[in-house]
Amino acid sequence: MRIALFVTCLADTMFPQAAIATVRLLERLGHEVAFPQGQTCCGQMHVNTGYQRDAVPLVRRHVDVFDTYDVIVAPSGSCVGSVRHQHAMVARRAGDERLAGRAESVARRTYELSELLVDVLGVTDVGAYYPHRVTYHPTCHSSRMLRVGDRPRRLLSEVRGLTLVELPAADQCCGFGGTFAVKNAETSTAMLADKMRHVLATGADVCAASDASCLMHIGGGLSRLRTGVGVVHLAEILASTEQAATSRAEILGSTEQAATSPAANRPAARP
Amino acid sequence: MTRRTFLGMPATAPPGVGHLRGAESFPAAARRGLADPQLRRNLRHATTTIRAKSGGVIAELPDWEQLRAAGAAIKADTLARLPELLEQLEARVTEAGGVVHWAADAVEANRIVTDLVRATGVDRVIKVKSMATQEIGLNEALVAAGITPVETDLAELIVQLGGDRPSHILVPAIHRNRAEIREIFLREMPGVDPTLTDDPTALAAAARRFLRQTFLSTPVAVSGGNFAVAETGTLAVVESEGNGRMCLTLPQTLITVLGVEKVVPTWRDLEVFLQLLPRASTGERMNPYTSMWTGVTPGDGPQAFHLVLLDNGRSAVLADEVGRQALRCIRCSACLNVCPVYERAGGHAYGSVYPGPIGAVLSPQLTGIEDNASLPYASTLCGACYDACPVKINIPELLVHLRAEAVESHRRPTAESIAMAAAAYAMDHPRLYAAGQRAARLSRFAGRRGRGLPPPLNGWTGSRDLPEPPAQTFRDWWADR
Ligand code: SF4
Repeated sequence: MRIALFVTCLADTMFPQAAIATVRLLERLGHEVAFPQGQTCCGQMHVNTGYQRDAVPLVRRHVDVFDTYDVIVAPSGSCVGSVRHQHAMVARRAGDERLAGRAESVARRTYELSELLVDVLGVTDVGAYYPHRVTYHPTCHSSRMLRVGDRPRRLLSEVRGLTLVELPAADQCCGFGGTFAVKNAETSTAMLADKMRHVLATGADVCAASDASCLMHIGGGLSRLRTGVGVVHLAEILASTEQAATSRAEILGSTEQAATSPAANRPAARP
Repeated sequence: MTRRTFLGMPATAPPGVGHLRGAESFPAAARRGLADPQLRRNLRHATTTIRAKSGGVIAELPDWEQLRAAGAAIKADTLARLPELLEQLEARVTEAGGVVHWAADAVEANRIVTDLVRATGVDRVIKVKSMATQEIGLNEALVAAGITPVETDLAELIVQLGGDRPSHILVPAIHRNRAEIREIFLREMPGVDPTLTDDPTALAAAARRFLRQTFLSTPVAVSGGNFAVAETGTLAVVESEGNGRMCLTLPQTLITVLGVEKVVPTWRDLEVFLQLLPRASTGERMNPYTSMWTGVTPGDGPQAFHLVLLDNGRSAVLADEVGRQALRCIRCSACLNVCPVYERAGGHAYGSVYPGPIGAVLSPQLTGIEDNASLPYASTLCGACYDACPVKINIPELLVHLRAEAVESHRRPTAESIAMAAAAYAMDHPRLYAAGQRAARLSRFAGRRGRGLPPPLNGWTGSRDLPEPPAQTFRDWWADR
């Protein structure tokens, strides 16, 4: 199948490994990935901050760029949420009914990664190998806006070597919320503190999620506290294979060790 | 009976009266709650407990989703023909021996109630916990007129005696623990036993003794109302302590202040809400006390009944197609109890009698966005409130809608609006966008790393590390492969 990648601006700039992993995974599963060049950002930041008028050209650009593809995937629950629940709204508010209709059509063909894999491609075992203890943060937009449900967990449960540990209060927001983390930095930090407390309580090596923004937020907090626990995008787990893991370890040597094994200095926070 | 037409002439709630506006913005006011470990513990404990309890009883109902849909539909229908239903309500209440007053705003409502109390010749009234009277600042207005209002809901009484403000719709004293309550009682409650302990039973008994005396010696009561049935003119109050029922039955005169959105078309509609409300709100299957009354009944209960129909900005909310869904709210407080922001910042941070997610959308609509512009931003848009709301108010959608209003209400460009416009321009020009990505990366390599972002973005890096800058963007990687 030919699948267009909507990389999302944050993954493109700050989390390219998630997008690269998405490409590798889909190609390994035998699909052709296209990267439409004119794409930039879905405009979610503008819409969620109140700049709906500024978002209109971004919606139009997104629709123009992706209109010709039958299947579009993004490794981000919140950006797919924006495409599905905000694009038509922004267009209608600006009085552009035609754009709204086209946006709805693109939205119907746009999937979050776990939806694409499970619903469209019909796979849960993607042949991945990831020998680590992983806890999964479902992220608000994936679970409440998109209702991806247990799809990510079904995918993770088929990954060889992976131990999935339950995240307490998993459905609670991590406190990112885009501009919320800037405008209400202190409340955001308090929410993040609880999320980190729960992640550490699992004793997991890494916290996984399907949204670069939440990962950047949680990862930024875990790093600041020197917890030794990292974050990883679902796509990276699903893309990793035994072969890749071995060759990566050879190339990176001790760096890889430090990044993915439980660090000795991590606080003893197991329940 | 004077009658003023206010429907179709939407005006926002007037400033300087009532409690819909805070003195500070949300981030500034939240700082106090965040820094108070006792408050944080109290809130976490209370909201966690009530979430679990409510979740349990909701799970018992196989048709919860249909009930929610029914509740939302009844309210939407009500709002679509509000003028007609209010007139019907007025006619039925009048027929049943009540008197209906129309109050365009807080000032007018306070004046009506104060005049009614004065006319009875008393200088003290008992009150059933009521959001509407808090909204209009009725207690302050009564005090200014030399009338003492006594709150009879236990938590509301604690707040009143403590000279404090409520911080939760349902549990106004959620921010207080029992040691603090004991101190307040010892200091403020007339005739309290000086050896009072902080045992909850002892505290409740002390309050009961005080309230009993007050009930039996006060002939005028002021209440709010949860529902008003247009077809019969029936008013309903649901509560769990029984104090409300005392207020509604013992006095000679009863004055009810009711937000105009509280009307429902028919008696049968109550069936839906009397299931939705207790389960979503206190996690009970049924309200312990549901009191209903229709006008006056000679020889039984209050012999004079006044209904004050309050607008105070509601017509303005109704005029907004997206915003009007906030008027469906039945004040169950489920959205507060699931809100991660409310749980950390506390109710006072919202500066209004309506805290939490519903407050973040209702207050700015009632006052006009200019006066509460920080509230729609007091959310991560996580959506937990929407899932919890028994009448399916799409609070995240409303928040986004109000943020756009807040932005568009600025007459002059702000630093943020300039940055946003610049970002949108760059994002609409892929070359510029790629150049921006490169520039951002270079500036980070040039020494910003580790020190975080420049203001105003340093709020983020104050407590979090930005990830290591990637060696190349995805775009570059794709071009190279
Ligand atoms: S908005 Fe919904 S959940 Fe919140 S108090 Fe109102 S009815 Fe309850």
